[in-house]
Amino acid sequence: MNASASAAPAIQIRDLHKSFGSNRVLTGIDFHVDHGEVVCVIGPSGSGKSTLLRCVNRLEEPDSGQIVVEGIDICDPETDLDAVRSRIGMVFQQFNLFPHMNVLRNLTVAQQKVKGRSKKEATEIARANLDKVGLGGRENVYPAHLSGGQQQRVAIARALSMDPDMMLFDEPTSALDPELVGDVLEVMKTLASEGMTMMVVTHEMGFAREVGDKLVFMDGGVIVEEGDPREVLSNPQHERTQAFLSKVL
Amino acid sequence: MALKRSTRRILSRTVLYAVLLGVLLLVGLSADWATIRANFFAPAGIGNPFVGDWGTWPDLITVGVKNSLIYTVVAFGAGLVLGVVLALMRLSPVAAYRWLATAYIEFFRGLPVLLVVLVMAFGIPIAFNGWTPPGGTVGAGVVGLILVAAAYMAETIRAGIQAVPKGQTEAARSLGMSAGRTTTTVVLPQAFRIVIPPLTNEFVLLIKDTALLFVIGFAADQRELTTIARDFMASSATAGTATSLIQASILYLIITLPLTRLVSWLERKQQKAR
Repeated sequence: MNASASAAPAIQIRDLHKSFGSNRVLTGIDFHVDHGEVVCVIGPSGSGKSTLLRCVNRLEEPDSGQIVVEGIDICDPETDLDAVRSRIGMVFQQFNLFPHMNVLRNLTVAQQKVKGRSKKEATEIARANLDKVGLGGRENVYPAHLSGGQQQRVAIARALSMDPDMMLFDEPTSALDPELVGDVLEVMKTLASEGMTMMVVTHEMGFAREVGDKLVFMDGGVIVEEGDPREVLSNPQHERTQAFLSKVL
Repeated sequence: MALKRSTRRILSRTVLYAVLLGVLLLVGLSADWATIRANFFAPAGIGNPFVGDWGTWPDLITVGVKNSLIYTVVAFGAGLVLGVVLALMRLSPVAAYRWLATAYIEFFRGLPVLLVVLVMAFGIPIAFNGWTPPGGTVGAGVVGLILVAAAYMAETIRAGIQAVPKGQTEAARSLGMSAGRTTTTVVLPQAFRIVIPPLTNEFVLLIKDTALLFVIGFAADQRELTTIARDFMASSATAGTATSLIQASILYLIITLPLTRLVSWLERKQQKAR
């Protein structure tokens, strides 16, 4: 990475628009995430927060606007999108582990086939990341035999095994039973404390308050308010933010 | 009439069994069992294993069953490969591929298999200056089976691919896998699990469809089960009787019944896994 790239934000979004048919989901988003920053995105369902996150690695195709990740314009047709994606870890609400592969293979398959690592090297990295999420020794289990919380931690370990520059979390705890949420948040806190750049779409206000460096409130396809999480949560400026927070807190 | 509920139930059951028994007795008594045995179960064909007499079974099995299975496996294997290609074409972002695959599938599903087999068996040598696939005319007939099987399998496989959740593709792409890599390592392996039961059914259908090769004529050692059974009606120990047809039926069932049982077992297993 050259000096200019590291000086630029990790994610820079300018005037982003996205519609599904006649439904305008994002209407002019300007937004950035700095290196090492943990940005939490909150908002009512349908506010466009997941779509925004999914635009960052172009799982959703933006209609217009610019998205620059680590100095690379990902909407440029000349950009090697697969290479960029391999550096952006993504964690999904529904985990999306590969059910036909055991845990170890889930963690090594992309390392070997995308990064070209040897089986030995990929296995070592996978084991280290499984230990990190507290699931060492579960290498040979299939995803169906794990609880939701365990599956999500495997999914995090899978993303980490690619040595990503940043991690995107799309409502990572929304599909979990309440008693399983804590373990997943614990892993995410550890990641944040290690300086990982993170963009987290979430309903966990406690996590946002405790770990977030910046909180973004979205509604109706625009960013209504953003700032220090403690500040925004305790003293929201905009009335839409106030209305939303009064319902969820 | 104030019969008790339980009494009424027993009464109606009894009547149902009585009717069944009556019909069976009527058929059993009016049939000419001696003639049936002579024409459908001739001892010269059925043999008597207790005294080491195997009848015509060895020929039926070593030639007929063997060839039927060879033609089935070849048609299934080649049809599967072509079917996967067609399924991927139907789901391709390139419109021309989609149209081509759709046209192919509609075309071959809309024709009688027998007609396709005939056209291929006689058409391929004409179209290619007398060249035929391995196996000569029979090989050309098998090509007909392949073309039709591929059309049916393509639709099955396409449904299987579409049944793989979208999140699987997204997870693979977000890890940096290319579209092709995602298809081969993540989507197709899961799709195949889903379509194993319907593909096994397709295999059973193909076993039966090989009987259609009957119409194109064979060298003696190329005959499949129905053809050799038909020949045995004209020339062998069982000539002039239908014994060989009964024997062939039994052999088909020995192959197909376990497979159809396997399919329903696999389907139950899949349903449980969901």
